Amino acid sequence: MINSKKKLVVIGNGMAGINTVEQILKLTDKYEITVLGSEPHPNYNRIMLSYVLEGSKTIEDIILNDLQWYKDQGITLYTGKMVQSIDGERKRIHTEDGLEIDYDLALIATGSQSFILPIPGKELPGVIGFRDIADCTAMLEAAKTYKKAAVIGGGLLGLEAAKGLVNLGMDVTVVHLMEDLMERQLDREASAMLKAELERQGIKFAMQMQTAEVYGQDRVQGLRFSDGSELEADLLVMAVGIKPNIQVAVQSGIETKRGIVVDDLMKTSMPDVYAVGECAEHRGICYGLVAPLFEQGSVIAKHLAGADTEGYAGSVVSTKLKISGVDVFSAGEFITAPEHTVIVAKDEWKRTYKKVLLRENRIVGTVLFGDVSESASLQKYVRQQTLMTDEIYGQLMGTGCSKDGAKTLSAETMADDEIVCGCNGVTKKAIVDAIHENGLTTVDEIKACTGATRSCGGCKPVVEQILQYVLGDSFKTAAKQGICGCTTLSRDEIVAAIKTKGLTTTREVMNVLGWQNDEGCSKCRPALNYYLGMINPDTHENEEDSRFVNERLHANIQKDGTFTVVPRMYGGVTTPEDLKKIADVSLKYNVKVVKVTGGQRLDLIGVRKEDLPKVWEELDMPSGYAYAKSLRTVKTCVGSQFCRFGTQDSMGMGEVLERKFERLDFPAKFKLAVNGCPRNCAESCTKDIGIVGNDGGWEIFIGGNGGIKARLADSLCKVKTDDELIEIVGSVMQLYRETGQYLERTSEWVERTGLEEIRKAVVHDVDQRKALIERIEFALQQVEDPWKKIINDADSRKNLFEVVTPSLV
Amino acid sequence: MIKHAEWLVVGNSKDFPFRIGRTIRLNDNEIAVFRTSENKLYAVENSSPHPKGGPLTEAMVSGHHIYDPLCDWKIDLETGIVQEPDHGQIKTYTVREDGEKVKISL
Repeated sequence: MINSKKKLVVIGNGMAGINTVEQILKLTDKYEITVLGSEPHPNYNRIMLSYVLEGSKTIEDIILNDLQWYKDQGITLYTGKMVQSIDGERKRIHTEDGLEIDYDLALIATGSQSFILPIPGKELPGVIGFRDIADCTAMLEAAKTYKKAAVIGGGLLGLEAAKGLVNLGMDVTVVHLMEDLMERQLDREASAMLKAELERQGIKFAMQMQTAEVYGQDRVQGLRFSDGSELEADLLVMAVGIKPNIQVAVQSGIETKRGIVVDDLMKTSMPDVYAVGECAEHRGICYGLVAPLFEQGSVIAKHLAGADTEGYAGSVVSTKLKISGVDVFSAGEFITAPEHTVIVAKDEWKRTYKKVLLRENRIVGTVLFGDVSESASLQKYVRQQTLMTDEIYGQLMGTGCSKDGAKTLSAETMADDEIVCGCNGVTKKAIVDAIHENGLTTVDEIKACTGATRSCGGCKPVVEQILQYVLGDSFKTAAKQGICGCTTLSRDEIVAAIKTKGLTTTREVMNVLGWQNDEGCSKCRPALNYYLGMINPDTHENEEDSRFVNERLHANIQKDGTFTVVPRMYGGVTTPEDLKKIADVSLKYNVKVVKVTGGQRLDLIGVRKEDLPKVWEELDMPSGYAYAKSLRTVKTCVGSQFCRFGTQDSMGMGEVLERKFERLDFPAKFKLAVNGCPRNCAESCTKDIGIVGNDGGWEIFIGGNGGIKARLADSLCKVKTDDELIEIVGSVMQLYRETGQYLERTSEWVERTGLEEIRKAVVHDVDQRKALIERIEFALQQVEDPWKKIINDADSRKNLFEVVTPSLV
Repeated sequence: MIKHAEWLVVGNSKDFPFRIGRTIRLNDNEIAVFRTSENKLYAVENSSPHPKGGPLTEAMVSGHHIYDPLCDWKIDLETGIVQEPDHGQIKTYTVREDGEKVKISL
């Protein structure tokens, strides 16, 4: 059989080479492809190395194409092969170990390597770059033995390396030559905010320092700067930039400058030889980021497939820092020049910064810090140099336009070839096609099918928008998901089934309702246990094995496996006698830290599991439930007992409420605050129920939250008497217990249910309020202090808390 | 010389309730023992393979899988393999019930 396919040899098995191959394979099958890689691994996602270092991903996670993929695509792969030169006359590639491979077309995708500063001591062990899996492994290893790390370079890569090392427990100093971090991507304002944030996360900085020398005997011991000062370090990461790998081109007589010179079709000076990615230099620019290589690869693929292409015209570079909790984005021009019109919004409280630069009223650049939710649309505007309009301004700066409207708009107006997932180079069109062709209805399916959101996940909101835009009205019904992966049933359906079918245990619920996973998972088991107990407070037998550890052991688990004990202090009030007891027990059981909590209680941190029963026995106080989905604390101010402003007895009311409603299970943790006057010293505006005393009575607020979803409480009603207050508080609690989804805080519950609905049930409809109160009173009759029970129950004491020290037979 | 497996008595059968883990401490090492709903005993190292570590005894048990109490990783007690989308593996030990005694082979 005559093989009519042309031979395409790709030198380099990295992201650029393989992405180009993937794009070629999508367009044509007329090439027989061979790939030569120098690393021993299959193709992996280099930009995800930061996550490997951070520990949130493993090397397997970041592999883009495993060996099977190469087989399936009919690609011949050589790993661990270094190419020496390309013989353009004979059209043959020579490897260092003597292999010769003929080609019709060759693609150089050799990438780049860390630029190592040419200073004395650079070759000492412990001095590395941050470029590949080997560097990453070296850092992970070093962190096990050594304490001090220095990172030279305050750019993207340096900061990601530094954060990774901090997470590994090292003491890290970033050494930067310039005045500002990431000065090539950020303006001064954003840079300063970034530095402050990273300092908060534990990274130290030595700014405007030039490293002159690395010193050390058998291994790096430190750096010496040009001003003579020194910094100790037993690991030194150089992240000062990259150097394109151009040896192959140089050896082969291909024109190079900083990188391998290519034209708009990515052709090098040697006929039939192309270059792509970080090794290539296009119109004087070597790109060191991922998006350009996808765009370059697409040009090559179209060209090799014989499709029309306008050629590559350079990329608008944008930057995103991959450090959790630090959102930074920039694109296009971002340093303000006189010809720019600048729109800036800086919010030092929310720690956000947004800058959009206009030239002749067109959007040419942007910097975002703290909130990068608009990065996708801004990037598009910058790329297309969009004319600024009132509508866009409203969308960006949040005046008038509803957020939902703006979101739909951006998915709709996004160009087909716009890259949505920067990690995996997936375009909007690829996602839309995948949805249409395969009938996809969830982001997970899109992930499995196209790879979008598979890596850093930053594009998930955009993918969701596209999904919503493509599916239109069917989005909501299509996306129906159960309470966890074990079922497609919703919370309401499950609760209804428990009631109508009279189900009594989690196993029964799972059997009868056809759970996919026989014994459920860590999401549904605690939820079912809660729903069962809420519906049948008197007959339901709490299932310890379906409780999260904290609620099983009645203490907070800490990351080292020790526990935190929090004694109950009603209304945040204690006595000298109790304090003495707490101090004695803390000393006796070597409590690591005694801390005042945000809810005015005392945290005894670091108790060993086997000591927990003894600690409680000796404390002889009720459990504070700081671990539970239950009433945690009632925070109070001093109130009328002592405060010169206090109009109501907040301490007294706090204690009454806490004593009355303690120990009852809720869908999520539940906090109260009681204030004696509207000065609100107990911060009732961020509590599930906040109570503010005034001259003639109380005002009740609900749905406040100071946590993940910060929300100010809504005013529910005003009452005149203490009895009314307790009634309404109780009925709100029971309504939430009955209609809240497991793990749903009241801040979400109030928004989902609607304030008016709640007000109708507990304020206006007196009968319903009465019924709610009856039910909560009935439930309250069943509660008991878990510690009293455990202390008197030898079996659970032993089985739950004791550690066995065995003997040999 | 043939080396026989050493069996450690770690307690009586009744000390190992269904779906609640128990910690066995051996010098500096800890082993977590679980009894599944099918009345099978499993013993694994008591340390999560997550980079941040943490004990496994407190895990929630579902079939022959456990859910890591700190990070919610799902781990197969039979093989010690961490289930997708996470990766890793923990050490497993042979455990048997000999009359009333529960024994582990190291």
